[in-house]
Amino acid sequence: MAPALKLLVQRVALGLMLLFLVSALIFVGTQILPGDVAQSILGQSATPEALANLRQELGLNEPALTRYFDWLFNALQGDFGTALTNGQDIAHSVGNRLKNTLFLAFWAAVIAVPLAIFLGLLAVRFRDRWPDKLISTVTLASISIPEFLIGYLIMYFVAVKLRWFPSVAMINDGMSLGEKLSSIAMPVMVLTLVVLAHMMRMTRAAILNVMQSAYIETAELKGLNRFQVIYRHAFPNSIAPIVNVVMLNLAYLVVGVVVVEVVFVYPGMGQYLVDHVSKRDVPVVQACGLIFAAVYIGLNMVADVVSILTNPRLRHPK
Amino acid sequence: MMRIPFAAAVGLFFTALYFLAAIFAPLLAPYGMAEVVGDVWEPSSATHLLGTDNIGRDLLTRMIYGGRTTIFIATAATVLSFTTGSVLGFLAAVLGGWADQLLSRAVDLLMSIPSLIFALVVLSVMPVTVPVLILVMGLLDSTRVFRLARAVAVDINVMDYVEAAKLRGEGRVWIIFREILPNALSPLVAEMGLRFIFMVLFVSTLSFLGLGVQPPEADWGGIVKENKDGIVYGIPAALIPAFAIATLAISVNLVADWVLNRTTSLKGGRG
Repeated sequence: MAPALKLLVQRVALGLMLLFLVSALIFVGTQILPGDVAQSILGQSATPEALANLRQELGLNEPALTRYFDWLFNALQGDFGTALTNGQDIAHSVGNRLKNTLFLAFWAAVIAVPLAIFLGLLAVRFRDRWPDKLISTVTLASISIPEFLIGYLIMYFVAVKLRWFPSVAMINDGMSLGEKLSSIAMPVMVLTLVVLAHMMRMTRAAILNVMQSAYIETAELKGLNRFQVIYRHAFPNSIAPIVNVVMLNLAYLVVGVVVVEVVFVYPGMGQYLVDHVSKRDVPVVQACGLIFAAVYIGLNMVADVVSILTNPRLRHPK
Repeated sequence: MMRIPFAAAVGLFFTALYFLAAIFAPLLAPYGMAEVVGDVWEPSSATHLLGTDNIGRDLLTRMIYGGRTTIFIATAATVLSFTTGSVLGFLAAVLGGWADQLLSRAVDLLMSIPSLIFALVVLSVMPVTVPVLILVMGLLDSTRVFRLARAVAVDINVMDYVEAAKLRGEGRVWIIFREILPNALSPLVAEMGLRFIFMVLFVSTLSFLGLGVQPPEADWGGIVKENKDGIVYGIPAALIPAFAIATLAISVNLVADWVLNRTTSLKGGRG
């Protein structure tokens, strides 16, 4: 386990360092404009008194470095400060919305991941025949279509024409699981479609890559049957690439969620972020940006960790 | 004479159609861009081919002008992203050492945040105008071009002819523009199509979220946003620009796929 453990520690440390630098980048990203935040919130016509007051309130008179570390330490303790627009505690608003977003992303993943792996395997099994061609055509189409088009198409046909589901995905704590699921059915459908094609294509490539290696040929040549070849030789080696594909796409889901939540007016993180970007509520934007980036970096890190753990060469060092 | 495959020909035709419509928008559009000419959400008729929008403007006119804005922003951002990305990528490959490390790690850092999230963070404090949009989108996307340009240039940089040029005493500018650039051009051009589509989707998404092109200027994402409330009443006006985005993206994709296949087979031929 020694080399694997060392790699693991290195990878986690790298992830944490990346997160730290990203927090700095997000902070700097909101400070680079000409003038300052107070000016852009109040606009050009603001009185000097109002500007001075807001600067005082935001702590803009402190040096940027002090403000950054104050913000970071508070954020690490779960305190993101209060929103400028309504004075509410950000951590409290984020908590509920993060739960909703994860709920949505979770169910999208539950449906998309097995489906994508199954279809990916199908594409490999029927390589260069019509199922494979169909899958690559659909992939081409789906990377060309914006998420909100898929969202509105589904809303138009499923909610408005067929009247199967309500067109807005409302959700609250009083609803039973069944009610919640029916309410998020359409956004889940959209998210599934958004990641499915990509995931399928990457799964296909990963498995093809393994199936073309020399040891698979050797296994076939020494007379193992097809099932044994896949089970004993192909499968252990394709776990890592497939997990990688899944994680990368889950990370992509995190971004797709922003647009889909706005389309279906779903009370999640994405809608919260977009709302407050247009209101120029900088503390909320920083908090949401940091959380999105953390989830994204976290999932990428998990992908690497799993591929280290499942790599037979690292688990059984010579 | 090379033969153009059917799919690529269709792609080329529609891409050209959209670009021409964008260039000649004022000649083609039947009405003024912000002119209210009818009732709210009129169905399509002889006077309004695509019907009217949420405040009674001619939708076809809005679509033509919107396409102009979308295509202009996407093209400008692609050009910016390519010049920045490839120049920095080539530099990193030629200079090597700490300059390469510095640039590559900075790009890794920028790419560790999803572009849409970072764009939203930056746009929350920047004034949302067309030049700012182009700048933010172009610079964020140049990280992808940087990776590709650097990877291609590192391979070329160790070729014998580059070595020969260095021994001749050519400077770095010569190496980059006369040795590396011509040989790196084909993979970069193929990538350009994909980056352009990404830009179209990016600016449309931003406008759809209300953080891109600001009204009364039209762009495709913005038209979707303006007309999205109609969907609930069964009025498909919002689907038209979304459909335009999708067809433009698919057309460019078909062309890019063809260019990519041509260049890779060329490479295969060279060995």
